[in-house]
Amino acid sequence: MKARVEVRLKEGVLDPQGAAIGRALAQLGFQGVAAVRQGKLIELELDHSDRARAAAEIRAMCEQLLANPVIEAYTIAFED
Amino acid sequence: MRAGVITFPGSNCDRDIAVALAAAGARVERLWHAETELPRLDLIVLPGGFTYGDYLRCGAIAARAPVMAEVIRRAAAGVPVLGICNGFQILAEAGLLPGALISNAGLKFICRPVELEVATTGSIFTAGYAPGQIVSLPIAHHDGCYVLAPDELERLADEDRIAFRYLANPNGSVGRVAGVLGPGRNVLGLMPHPERAADPRTGGTDGAIMLRSLVEALG
Repeated sequence: MKARVEVRLKEGVLDPQGAAIGRALAQLGFQGVAAVRQGKLIELELDHSDRARAAAEIRAMCEQLLANPVIEAYTIAFED
Repeated sequence: MRAGVITFPGSNCDRDIAVALAAAGARVERLWHAETELPRLDLIVLPGGFTYGDYLRCGAIAARAPVMAEVIRRAAAGVPVLGICNGFQILAEAGLLPGALISNAGLKFICRPVELEVATTGSIFTAGYAPGQIVSLPIAHHDGCYVLAPDELERLADEDRIAFRYLANPNGSVGRVAGVLGPGRNVLGLMPHPERAADPRTGGTDGAIMLRSLVEALG
């Protein structure tokens, strides 16, 4: 079973990399980009197909390692 | 004083802090991140470096290394713990210090001496300085921007746990905070490198004051 974890900086946390990307886009001529924030995608492949168990496990992975709750929020999605 | 300096994969300031501590009069042991037991120690040091390549987040993986469960237990029991640069990041990731260290606001790796204000002398790390003393220590980091919720920052200030502040903020840290103490005042994390200002041959000795202060306090 495959799962996708997206980790984002929380609202209000400074994201200078996002800002740098925004400036680079503007330099390339792309107009109207009001803001850019950059996050992380972590793809997991589990060796079982118990969705409920996977959800609990991955939530624990996020809480314990994949995201820093001080500055990051996460979402978990499963690939069907 | 028996000091233990922990080496993680990617630590590169371990030898420097070991040498500086020995010069200050400490007996220093080098410890490996995979050890789950530690000898009796008066001071535990998490040195600077790029542990695990800063993968995932700076200090994130090192904070979960086998040795850290024991470091956390010792810190809770009052053993002094000093985290320098990446060591500060590891302490924050391990929950021994509040807040987080993120990318420098200017996005550049900054490598230069900075002036700091000693914000509290109420700790064994800073007792050797005068209150409000201005010192110079080098910084060398890409992710030294300290972030903390405003109410938590206020609480830190009320509890006199801000140890050092930059005079001129190099990286966007909230409150110009360069170093903080844990709730028990036995854990210090700071981004600047005291071990790089501990010998007149390398440009300054303001860091040696901290190390000698520790040796004096801890025997």
